Amino acid sequence: MGARPHAFPGGLALPHHKQVSLDAPLRRCPLPDRVFVPVGQHQGESGQVLVETGQPVIAGQALTASEGDFEVPAHAPCAGTVVGLTRRPASHPPGSLRRCVEIRTGAEPGAAAPRRLKNWHQAPPSMIVDHLRQMGLAGMGGAVFPTAAKLRGPWPEIHTLILNGAECEPWIACDESLMRARPSDVVAGGLILAAAAGAGRIILAVEDPMDETAEALRQAARELGAAGSIEVVTVPAVYPEGGERQLIQTLTGLEVPHDGLPQDLGLVCHNVATAAAAFDAAERGRPLTERIVTVTGPGVAQPCNLVAPVGAPAAWLIEQAGGYTEQACRLILGGPMSGTALETDEVIMTKGSNCLLVLDTPPPDPNSVLPCINCGACVEACPASLMPQLLLRAIDGARYQQARDLALFDCIECGCCAQVCPSHIPLVDYYRHAKGELRLRDLDQRRAALARRRHEARQERLAREQAEREARRRARAERLRQKGGAENEIQAAIARARNKKKPAE
Amino acid sequence: MRFPVNGAPHLPPKPRVNRLMGQVVLALLPAIAAHWWFFGWGIAIQIALACLFALGFEWGMLRLRQRRPRLFLTDGSALVTAVLFALCLPPLSPWWVSATGMLFAIVVAKHLYGGLGYNLFNPAMVGLAAVIIAFPTELSQWLTPRGPASAPPGLTESLLTVFSGVPPERLAWEALTSATPLELVRTGLQDQLLMSEIRTHPVFGTLGGRGWDWIGLATLLGGLWLVWQRVIGWHVPAAVILTTLLVTLPLWLIAPDLHASPLSQLFSGGLLLCAFFIATDPVSGSATPRGKLLFGAGVAILTLAIRRWGGFPDGVAFAVLLMNMLVPLIDRYTRPRVYGYAR
Repeated sequence: MGARPHAFPGGLALPHHKQVSLDAPLRRCPLPDRVFVPVGQHQGESGQVLVETGQPVIAGQALTASEGDFEVPAHAPCAGTVVGLTRRPASHPPGSLRRCVEIRTGAEPGAAAPRRLKNWHQAPPSMIVDHLRQMGLAGMGGAVFPTAAKLRGPWPEIHTLILNGAECEPWIACDESLMRARPSDVVAGGLILAAAAGAGRIILAVEDPMDETAEALRQAARELGAAGSIEVVTVPAVYPEGGERQLIQTLTGLEVPHDGLPQDLGLVCHNVATAAAAFDAAERGRPLTERIVTVTGPGVAQPCNLVAPVGAPAAWLIEQAGGYTEQACRLILGGPMSGTALETDEVIMTKGSNCLLVLDTPPPDPNSVLPCINCGACVEACPASLMPQLLLRAIDGARYQQARDLALFDCIECGCCAQVCPSHIPLVDYYRHAKGELRLRDLDQRRAALARRRHEARQERLAREQAEREARRRARAERLRQKGGAENEIQAAIARARNKKKPAE
Repeated sequence: MRFPVNGAPHLPPKPRVNRLMGQVVLALLPAIAAHWWFFGWGIAIQIALACLFALGFEWGMLRLRQRRPRLFLTDGSALVTAVLFALCLPPLSPWWVSATGMLFAIVVAKHLYGGLGYNLFNPAMVGLAAVIIAFPTELSQWLTPRGPASAPPGLTESLLTVFSGVPPERLAWEALTSATPLELVRTGLQDQLLMSEIRTHPVFGTLGGRGWDWIGLATLLGGLWLVWQRVIGWHVPAAVILTTLLVTLPLWLIAPDLHASPLSQLFSGGLLLCAFFIATDPVSGSATPRGKLLFGAGVAILTLAIRRWGGFPDGVAFAVLLMNMLVPLIDRYTRPRVYGYAR
């Protein structure tokens, strides 16, 4: 059992509800009639679309190009025919649409010739990173950050790779399901990621209720002969333990600088699902086109974990899990603490969609919110050691700058404060609003500064030109005033005119 | 299918403010029972009166401020204020004391500052301070606790006294009341008496005053239950109690005849009530862990100082109000270090 090596402040011990979906075996979600593969990712740029309407595609074929580390290519999850580029509802930002390549499935089966990187043991790190980038790897913990951009960058040497298998949010069980089904692939994928990052040491963190899983992972490490470099650590299941910064604090006692990255500490953090995807990419030559999604909650008939293609609509997955129950009331993408409430189940699964949670409780009544009574429950719960109630006061009074000074941007939006608030204030909504407001103001300020610089430059140029004109005029007047100046001028003009005529002669 | 949306988190919410307030009142029951045993029906009448006035003022102010009375009347905060205020009053204080106290607590201290959550000062203590200043005589008429020679007045007599302001003819204030232990200690020490001489007075009991120590123990019991239930944090009570002991113990050890013992300080007057129920008021108190410790320590030191050198029956009300003033400053300088910022 994991004695907590280092504690992070605050956090909540929440009821797990993971077993609900883990009781059913992991199974493969059948293909829907149409898949909608998102062109862009949550983070990073979207690459050039490579396919045309009506073009047949084969499974694993690249649909978009990848020019740099921040451009994650999308691949076809199955064979089919491209119907076109369509806009489908996206989870983030809520209510927005996302450009997708629509593929009609069920065409002649076929698969792209696997592009393996079997000799990754000997390959230079940059070659592995390039391969992973071409295979469309992005962070599968939820943020969909381009994996390649995380593996190489302008930071000092990376010594430790942290594999994050601590999905501390209630209900979500996709990572545990993966580690149970493919412990060996997770460990092997970890070795590949470590090689790509140049890290010599791997810490694989799982939660302490997952003892069996931890043992299976240790066994896998022994079998792969990597027991020396991989350490499987169980961490207590305290939300938000699975947050990157909190996990680093728990495992190492170090804090990521507020204006820095884990890489500044020589650490890099990847989700276990990303590790398994790295294994698929290198050893099997399969691009990232599917992931495990937990479909669970009291609003789902048969909660389960599904291996689902990226691009399938949420409704399709829920149908595969037996459909909605009568109590179904709210649909959440992600966990109940930090997930996004979806307005419609037409939302498309991305590489970061870890869980579809259907709740049976209606959203809270905004009319029942009481004023903050300064009880300090939020201060105790905050894992970032912020003062949530002071932030609330500042934002409520539209004093956004004060909120920034209270370290608003160090808020990780974990939701612990709102969860414990006895006045039921939707604190996270306030913080998101204030962050947006401040970002807008910064943008405005940058624009204003740019406009001012432009204006000043123009004024300067005009003044300079005026001065130059003045100087020229004065010089001419000076020359004229000199003795015989005017005569010389006239002679010179005649000479010039002659010279001009000369070529004509 | 379409669904309603809202911001995260999505779990069912935790207990509401009114549940916390209910637990606070529940935790006060042992103290109220002990109070009733030693001083009779006065406490029940005072609580009923104060609650009535508090809810009346609260409703009136909510109407004036155009707030939703149902939401705010049921939050329970006015009732907690009323019960705490009533516990600090002499049991047979006339009804206008209660009315004045609640006027200042609910109207002035709470609603004129913006209502629930916005008051800078602890409403119950503002009310108490107002009546201490406005009605010094009424506030010093403490009953003699139940003992072998004295029994508290019955329900009818208590009612008559509270509503007419004077005790029924066959009872006289002189027969009913006696000085409180705190008063005896202060005046006795000022008159150059020794503690051993002062403590020969029959109102003294084992720990503090007779009866007072039982009320104190009952308060302690309720308070510890609140800490266990996580309704209040441990910081403020611990700070108040430990500071009281730390300040008084050395003095008492050096000169036991010139200083009241630490336990008698703790178990007389309202110090324990203050430690668990009054200084723990979240709205007017500090919100940071270190700030709570400072706040509690300040309340204890000021209370002891006012008891020793002040002219009031007890220092709790003024100590709490003075510390309330310092809260913004305390909060500013005790902010926890945010994650990722250099130590």
